[in-house]
Amino acid sequence: MSLWALRGLRNGVVTTKWPRRPDGYADGWRGPAVVQNQDVAEPDGLSDLCPTGAISAGAGASTRAVRLDQGRCILCGRCAEARPDVFAWSAGATGSDAAALTREGLVLPHLPEDDEAIGAARARLRERTAALRRSVHVRHVDGGSDGSEEWEVQALLGPVYDIHRLGVFFTASPRHADVLLVTGAGSAGMAGPLRATYEAMPDPRVVIAAGADAVSGGLLSAGLNSAGPNGAGPNGAGPDGGSATVMGGVSGIVPVDVWVPGSPPSPFGLLNALLIAVGRLADDRKGAR
Amino acid sequence: MTLPASETGAAGLWEKLAARIAAGDRFAGLFAALRSPHSGDAAAGAALVLSAHVAAGAGIDTMQVALPPGAAGYPALTPLVGAAFWYERVIHDQFGVVPRGHPRLAPLVLHGSAEDHALPRHVAGYGMFTIPHGPVRSGVMESIEYLVETPGEAIPHLNMRVFYKHRGIEKRFGGMSAADGVLLAERAEGIASVAHALAYCHAIERIAGCSPPEPAGLVRVLHAELERVANHVDVAAKLADAAGLAVAAARFAVHKERVLRLVSGLCGSRFGRGVVVPGGVSARPRMSPGALLTELGRLEKAVMADADSLMATSSFLDRLRTTGPLTPARARAHGALGPIGKASGFSADARTERPYDAYPSLGLLPVRAHETGDALARLAVRWDEVVQSFDLLRRVARELAGTDAGELSGTDGGGATAAACEPAAGRAAGWAEAPQGEVLYDVTLEDGRISRCHPRSASFHNLVLMHDVFAGDILTDFPFIEASFGLSVAGVAL
Repeated sequence: MSLWALRGLRNGVVTTKWPRRPDGYADGWRGPAVVQNQDVAEPDGLSDLCPTGAISAGAGASTRAVRLDQGRCILCGRCAEARPDVFAWSAGATGSDAAALTREGLVLPHLPEDDEAIGAARARLRERTAALRRSVHVRHVDGGSDGSEEWEVQALLGPVYDIHRLGVFFTASPRHADVLLVTGAGSAGMAGPLRATYEAMPDPRVVIAAGADAVSGGLLSAGLNSAGPNGAGPNGAGPDGGSATVMGGVSGIVPVDVWVPGSPPSPFGLLNALLIAVGRLADDRKGAR
Repeated sequence: MTLPASETGAAGLWEKLAARIAAGDRFAGLFAALRSPHSGDAAAGAALVLSAHVAAGAGIDTMQVALPPGAAGYPALTPLVGAAFWYERVIHDQFGVVPRGHPRLAPLVLHGSAEDHALPRHVAGYGMFTIPHGPVRSGVMESIEYLVETPGEAIPHLNMRVFYKHRGIEKRFGGMSAADGVLLAERAEGIASVAHALAYCHAIERIAGCSPPEPAGLVRVLHAELERVANHVDVAAKLADAAGLAVAAARFAVHKERVLRLVSGLCGSRFGRGVVVPGGVSARPRMSPGALLTELGRLEKAVMADADSLMATSSFLDRLRTTGPLTPARARAHGALGPIGKASGFSADARTERPYDAYPSLGLLPVRAHETGDALARLAVRWDEVVQSFDLLRRVARELAGTDAGELSGTDGGGATAAACEPAAGRAAGWAEAPQGEVLYDVTLEDGRISRCHPRSASFHNLVLMHDVFAGDILTDFPFIEASFGLSVAGVAL
C-alpha cells in the first residue's frame, strides 16, 4: 500500500502564482506573430508568407500598410523566419495577455476605431458579469478541435495552473454555467449541440472562443487557394478553398465575447481569457505594439 | 498494381486480400478516391479507385481496383475482412457508393439525416434502455456520442457516433503544397502532432527519394518519444482520476506538464509543432544536450517512481484487472494497433517492423509480452513503452552531443537540418508510430501539390474495438475502458 498523501507532499507547492505574481513560463513562451515594423518598402509578397491568410499588406488608404490577424495565426513562424525585419514572434506578456474582446482586437496594429470598440465591449461585458465576480462556473464544449486544445483546458484543472484557487470551476450542466468555453473550428456536426448548450445557460452568459480554430477556423477554413486537382466528394470545397465541413470559427453558431488566439492556446492564455471574461483582470492589450 | 475495371475485379481482389491476411499480413486501411480526370480517360467519366493497404514485413503494399465509372456499388470487403467495417462506412459517406453486403451502413463521419439520429436498438428485452452519452459530455472531453444499451448495469451493446467533430481534413489537404501539408497533418490529431507530421513527411520523402540528414533523424525521434511519454502519462492520470486517486491524478498531471514544458523548451511549441518538415527538421533543439540529459533523468525518476506506486495500489489495480478485455484472437483479426494490440499479444510497432529516421540505428529495448488484453495490461504496456522511450531519449541526447553542432546550425537555410525535398508528382505511403499506434498516410502529388491525401490514425483503426470489450463490464467500468484505450476523437472523425 503506497501512501499517496505523503507522495503528494513531496514536491511542495507547484502551483503558479499568476496573475498575482509574474510567472517565468507565461512570458517565456512563443505566442502568435506580431508586426514589428510598419514601414515596409516593398509589401508585395508579404501576404503570401502566411498559410492561413492572416497577413494583409497595402490593403487601402484607410488601413496601415501591413496588418496581421492573430486570430488566424497558427504559430508556424514562417513570416518571422522569412521577413524578420517585419514580423516577430510575440514574447513576454503576450503569451498570457493575448485575448481580445472584439474580433478586430486581434488584428495588429489596432486602428483607433478598434480601440474604441474594445472599450465599449469591455464596458458592456463588465456590466453583464458584475454579479459573477468571485464564483464562476465554466462549461467546455469541443466544437471540432484537433484534441490539443482539450489537453490545454484540462491542464487548467491540474495542480500547476489550478483555476480553483481563483474561484473558477468546471461544471457538467450548462444550467449551472456562466461561461461557455468553446474550442474547435465549428464543425457542422457540433453546431446543433453547441447552440443547444448555449441556449440552456442562464443569463448572464459569456462565450470564449479558445484558439485560432475557434476564432477563425485556422488552417481548416481559409488561406491557400485549392487550384490543384481534387477528388470531389459530396462535401465540396468551401468558397475560399477551405473545408466545407467547418464554419470558419464558432462565432457563426454562438455569440463570442472573448477571443483567444493560439494553436492551441496556452494554458496561461486560457487562464487570462477566463479572468478577462468575468472582469477579474483588465484586458490591457495596448493599441499598437 | 493492376486496375481491372470491373466489379468482379473488386471481389477478386478482396479474396486475394483476405488470403494474405489469413496468412499473417495485417489490414492497414482502405481508401477511395476519384481518379483525376486528366490522368485517365476524361470521356469515360471519373472512376472510383479503391486502395487497400496491407502491412507485410518491411513494407506497406497497396492493392487497387477501379470501379466502372458510375458504379452504384461494389461487393463489400467487410464480410471477408472485418477490420474494413468503418473504412467502408467512410467511403459510403464520402462517395455514396454502396458496399453490398456491408452489415451496418449508417453514417460514420458525415452528419446524416434526422432519421439516422433516432436512438438505435440492437438488444431487445425487459427493462432495456439506451443512455445517450454525448456529444457534450461532463468534464473537459472531446465530442463523441456513446449510445449505451443497458438493462441497468451491464452493457450488452455500445454504439458510437463520431461524426460530430468531422472537420474534412482529408478534403482540406487537396491543393496544398507539399510544404504546407505538414501544417495540416500536425492538426489532424493534435495530441499526436509529431507522429502525424512524421508519417506525412515520410510519404513526401519517399516520393522525392530523399532522406533526412542523420542529426535531423535524431531530433525527430526526440520529439516523437517525448510525445509518447506525454500521452502515456496522460492516460495514467485519467485512469487514476477514474479510480478517484486524486493525488495520483494530480501528480501525473504535473509530470505531463513538465514533459510539455520540456518540449516547448526544445522547439517553442508544447506539442512539437513546426519541428518536422519534409526532408528533415526545421531547427536544432534550443537546449544543450547536457541540459536535456539532466532534465530527462529527473523526469524519468519522477514518472517511474509514481508509476511504481500506482502499480502497487491494490484498490486501483482491482478496478483495471479483467476490465474491458480484448481477446488476442480479436486483436489479431482486426490488426489492433499500438498499446491496445500489444496488451492482447499482437504487436504491430512501426518502429521495429518498418523502422524510420534514427530508429534503425538506435533499436528498442525488448518489452514483456502481454496476453490478458484488459485495461491493466494496456497500462502495463504503456509503462513498458515509457521505459523504452526514456532509454531512446537518453541515447538520442548523447548522440546529439556527439554530432557537430555546425551540422544542425540555424534555421536560415544554411545548415543541414533538412535535405532538399520538393517532389513534383507521385504517390507513396508513409507511416510513424504514434502513442496510439501506427499512423498511415497515403499521399498523391500532382504538379507539386497534393491531389489526394488519406490520413489514417491509429485512433480510427482502434476505436471500433470498443464494441467488443464490454464482456460483463458495467457502467462504472466505462471511464476506465475509455481511458485505457487512450485515443483521440479528432483522429477518428478527421
